[in-house]
Amino acid sequence: MTSYRQKKDPQSYSFEGFGTPAFPNLMLRGAGNLDNWRLAIYQKEHEGYLGLKRALSMEPSQVIDEMKASGIRGRGGAGFPAGLKWSFMPKDTADKKYTRYLVCNADEGEPGTFKDRSIMEYNPHQLIEGMIIAGFAMQCHMGFIYVRGEFLWLIEKLEAAIEEAKKENLLGQNILGSGFNFDLIVYRGAGAYICGEETALLNSLEGRRGEPRIKPPFPASKGAFGQPTTINNVETLAAAAPILRMGGAEYAKIGTPKNTGTRIFCVSGHVQRPGLYELPLGVPLITLVKDLAGGTPNGKKIKAIIPGGASSAVFTESDFDCPLDFDTIRDRGSMAGSGGIIVIDEDTCMVQVCLRLIRFYAHESCGQCTPCREGCNWMEMILTRIENGEGRLEDLETLKSMTPRIAGKTLCALGDAACGPMDSILGKFRDEFIHHIEHKKCPKPSCQLVTYSH
Amino acid sequence: MNSSSSSTRSALPLAPGERLPVSKVLTLSPEALKEIDQLADKFPDRLAATLPALHIAQREFGFVSLEAMKAVAKALDIPEGHVYGVASFYSMYQKHPVGSFHIQVCTNISCALNGAVALLDLVKKKTGISQRGEVSSDGLWSVEEVECLASCGSGPCLQVNHDIYDEFVNEAELDRVLEACRSGQYREWAK
Repeated sequence: MTSYRQKKDPQSYSFEGFGTPAFPNLMLRGAGNLDNWRLAIYQKEHEGYLGLKRALSMEPSQVIDEMKASGIRGRGGAGFPAGLKWSFMPKDTADKKYTRYLVCNADEGEPGTFKDRSIMEYNPHQLIEGMIIAGFAMQCHMGFIYVRGEFLWLIEKLEAAIEEAKKENLLGQNILGSGFNFDLIVYRGAGAYICGEETALLNSLEGRRGEPRIKPPFPASKGAFGQPTTINNVETLAAAAPILRMGGAEYAKIGTPKNTGTRIFCVSGHVQRPGLYELPLGVPLITLVKDLAGGTPNGKKIKAIIPGGASSAVFTESDFDCPLDFDTIRDRGSMAGSGGIIVIDEDTCMVQVCLRLIRFYAHESCGQCTPCREGCNWMEMILTRIENGEGRLEDLETLKSMTPRIAGKTLCALGDAACGPMDSILGKFRDEFIHHIEHKKCPKPSCQLVTYSH
Repeated sequence: MNSSSSSTRSALPLAPGERLPVSKVLTLSPEALKEIDQLADKFPDRLAATLPALHIAQREFGFVSLEAMKAVAKALDIPEGHVYGVASFYSMYQKHPVGSFHIQVCTNISCALNGAVALLDLVKKKTGISQRGEVSSDGLWSVEEVECLASCGSGPCLQVNHDIYDEFVNEAELDRVLEACRSGQYREWAK
């Protein structure tokens, strides 16, 4: 008994004008069609494996140059130029041969983000094609797809797609007669947000606890099983297929000069039409939330928007016009992160939002570094106290003093991630915290975001 | 914070001094051992098979008991302490028995904004489960509150065992899901 989706997918993947030259559809082709994952459809309808064929006719270094020319920045969160990352992999020399690995980070778990699953569910071959291209460019002969454990239903599909690709000699030995060998292994995680951090992912892939490693050494010199490794997000790798198909320069024309290409934005929360919206980078946040996603369902005012997944600082009205690209969002004090946009309406208690997010980080901290392990837990306890009407005014100073002691003082960015929402919500909604403390209760009892807090 | 929260916490598997429950099954079947052996050969290092082997052990034992961990350590010829460390780190390895239908409700921010807290209460009411680690007397249900399942645009969402998610779950949809479980349309836990 397979667990493929049998009935219609309730998720929304499109909008009016999607697929026209102004809004090119590169990543979500056929999303929603339950048979779309098959190789035959990918090749017949979505220009499948044309990018790979072009890549195999080039030198590996030329493929990296194409990625560099495309200007694509990593879609996982940090926004690091992918072509540059690929070029960090050491090359074989006369006296030293390397075993290099490619790893796809499919441990999608950032609250508010649900794009990678759509690629794996509807276009697994695009991910496979992108990985073969990346493998060829960096001369890796083995790739791993690290998928979060809850996605067992996607893993079955992904493995079926890999089998299809093997039958057509798109994977395995001497791919399409090019002499290049490449194999893919799907690795299933077991429920840990921290494994989305690249070095924690490597530890998990090696069968260990998902604890981040000290960097350097960076994965490009010492990664999976001690060998040079490149780790890319699902969306970045899948984008390599259209980039090689259309050429890096052509891809770079989409979006803005320093933020090229399209990106899948995940819209959730209080909106009429939640779902995935693939847009060229640089579209204003409010255009996406109001015009495409329809604003709040009942015309309520939008109080705050989280622009890049739970780890990013919240935006209030003055920043709603922010163009959705990596640099402008960063300049305005938040981050583009994973593209998860969470819309929060005026009837929501921001203390609860803050507590809900911090509870997540307290739960998911791996426990290695004291500032994150203890800090997140203390923030959660203090916020719980405030939400339950037992807070004190000095708690606000304590909370404010904690984030600089966590951010930048840990091995990985999980602690920093907790500080983004903590600082911004406390800074921008301080009056709500004070109201909880002075009136000894939550002013919005009908808003329930946290279990057991009332 | 009320008392139910603290009792949920003490029900978590590895509270100080707490013993792990003992499973009915005590050894891995020959088929499972073969599967683990083949897995181990796939990776550059046998240790890498720890996570997949624990998934197999969970399927065989029903949950990851101490015996399951020891069996995995033996099958892969790796230290028991390592396997215990891994099993205790990851939340999907259940350290307590679960029901035939283990219902995992996401209560993270996007789902919460759309009513996940009320949904969790409803799931608990309809299955008669009050906290994690508890299994209904008929053995059918257990309930767990989980972090983001990556289904934020279609929340609130829940996952029954490891099947495809149920999305936009309201009371009517929940009734449908529970009925579908009872009538065998969902895969049973560890089957």
